[in-house]
Amino acid sequence: MKIRVISEECTVCGECVEVCPIAAVKMEDDVAVILDNCNFCGLCVTACPVEAIEMTREDTAGSADKESHRGVWVFAEQREGRLAGVAAELLGEGRRIADGRGTDLTAVVFGRGLEGLAMELVTLGADRVIAADHPVLERFHDDAYAGVMTSLAEEYRPEIILCGATVQGRSFFPRVAARLRTGLTADCTELDIEEGTGNLLQTRPAYGGNIMATIACPNHRPQMSTVRPKVFKAAVPDPGRQGEIIVRTEWGDAVHTRTRVVEIMKEAVQTVNMAEADIIVSGGRGMGSAENFGLLEDLARALGGAVGASRAAVDSGWVPYARQVGQTGKTVCPKMYVACGISGQVQHLVGMQSSDMIIAINRDPEAPIFKMATVGVVGDALEIVPLLTKALTSNSSG
Amino acid sequence: MKIVVCVKQVPDTINVRINEKTGTMEREGVPTMVNPYDLYAVEEALRVKEQHGGEVMVLSMGPPQVQDALREVISMGVDDARLLCDREFAGADTLATSYTLARGFARIGEYDLIYCGKPAIDGDTAQVGPELAEHLNLPFIGFVRKIREVRPGFICAERMTDDGGEVVESSLPAVVSVVKEINEPRLPSLRGKMKAKSFEAVTWSAADLEVDRERIGLKGSPTWVVRSFTPEPRGGGEILAGGDSAEIASKLAEKIRELGVCS
Repeated sequence: MKIRVISEECTVCGECVEVCPIAAVKMEDDVAVILDNCNFCGLCVTACPVEAIEMTREDTAGSADKESHRGVWVFAEQREGRLAGVAAELLGEGRRIADGRGTDLTAVVFGRGLEGLAMELVTLGADRVIAADHPVLERFHDDAYAGVMTSLAEEYRPEIILCGATVQGRSFFPRVAARLRTGLTADCTELDIEEGTGNLLQTRPAYGGNIMATIACPNHRPQMSTVRPKVFKAAVPDPGRQGEIIVRTEWGDAVHTRTRVVEIMKEAVQTVNMAEADIIVSGGRGMGSAENFGLLEDLARALGGAVGASRAAVDSGWVPYARQVGQTGKTVCPKMYVACGISGQVQHLVGMQSSDMIIAINRDPEAPIFKMATVGVVGDALEIVPLLTKALTSNSSG
Repeated sequence: MKIVVCVKQVPDTINVRINEKTGTMEREGVPTMVNPYDLYAVEEALRVKEQHGGEVMVLSMGPPQVQDALREVISMGVDDARLLCDREFAGADTLATSYTLARGFARIGEYDLIYCGKPAIDGDTAQVGPELAEHLNLPFIGFVRKIREVRPGFICAERMTDDGGEVVESSLPAVVSVVKEINEPRLPSLRGKMKAKSFEAVTWSAADLEVDRERIGLKGSPTWVVRSFTPEPRGGGEILAGGDSAEIASKLAEKIRELGVCS
């Protein structure tokens, strides 16, 4: 046990009880007591006005050879020969981190015939590209991707590896972290280098975005993070940039894979990948039925955007889960988010609150969504949306 | 077939209210519940049992009060449960958690299939499933939205991808993590409730699991929380209300055009 209340200092003010997200602090007669279910998040330590809570750690064993790890790596995801949007975003952020740390930025890309992509990654800011070229790597396979990434990390010993929190990244990156026996922080929204230690500070939402936690991995290398698409600004390509390109084709057992993809299913309805759309029109319980989502499709078409949904609409079976925005769905960060008939439960808000602009249409003037809307309309979405579509299309043609 | 489902007890954040004044979560006596996404995994396991016979077991790690969560899944028809419970497990990040669970699986011995739910609503990392697969040296299929076929030694599943889906086959045992689209979890049965009443899961401590003590709990966790804080709430903007819907709609259209987002 490494957290304790200094009973002489405790003033029984209750701040710690108030701030604990999991009810692991209890107030007894004259002192706060920390219960067994404490998970050492440290919120109470920060909240205590009299510094009466002390948290100490024994150092973890860690990798003995921290100093031998150098450089920032970015996993550049490709799908069918094209870079995923998140790759350029990671390169932008990776460049900033590498410069701050005074080191090189390496992009790692998997697939076949990667010369074109490798050049593109250089223009996006990579000093070096490692292209793992192998037929098995053309499509995503957990085992092969984890095998190749682990083998590269063991050979080159990067200090930091960033990866998109996409389906691919969230599937294979944890496996890499476990094999390297290092830490992995999911869904970071902010990255920084800590002065002095040089550690990567990784900030992410927890408990449904009610709390932000800054996480470090001080004694293990590499430091690994996943980042959701659209959180960081994409790097702007500079066609004049030069960089080193290393193509590797011999993989031996690293590409061995125990799963087999036997069929690929394209989602027919929506061509715009929601997580990467500039405009999202989203519907909630207030849309009333699956049929009414047609109104949102029309509006999305008029605006050139994609359709999303709240958990309530997905749970009602009106929209597939793939379209769900929010804590347990996708995090989106479009230039404009139009929330129709969505009240704005905190679980939804954390998935879209970093949108540049938010338009909210809801009948209930008290709906929490209005607290963060750039423009709010109090009214029935079923009535307003078609009128809005009409207003947008008629004016643009006239 | 023997199917084991990993289950986590989480604070009930779905039903929390936000304090109007401070913009923070109301945390007065936070109730706990089974991570709702794990219930889809439990349901899927029960379906395999209905088809092939066998046993469904649930494995969890946490403090003694997790027994409540285990009783909840027992009432759905789960046969048995194990709880990994030791003060030394506390403060574990995903690496230490997945290692500890893997030791639990070693103690369980034989199993055909491991189901997990994605993700836990509190930590929301979805990392424990694939990390567990790594520790157990098993194949992993994540984001599964439909099971096409399961039989001893074989699974065929449909998983979500960022641009649609794909059908993946694997040998068993494997770790499979499911998304909520996969099914509608059943309600507790009367028989299940009766059984749950007196149910108490066997608990295993660090000593029972023969763990490497450097790899569990806070000590075995490479990641540390260095700071936690409440994010700044985002302020609201202009509100259009009252009057004729058509008028409001055209005003809104104008606003949207002014914002200059769309072409």
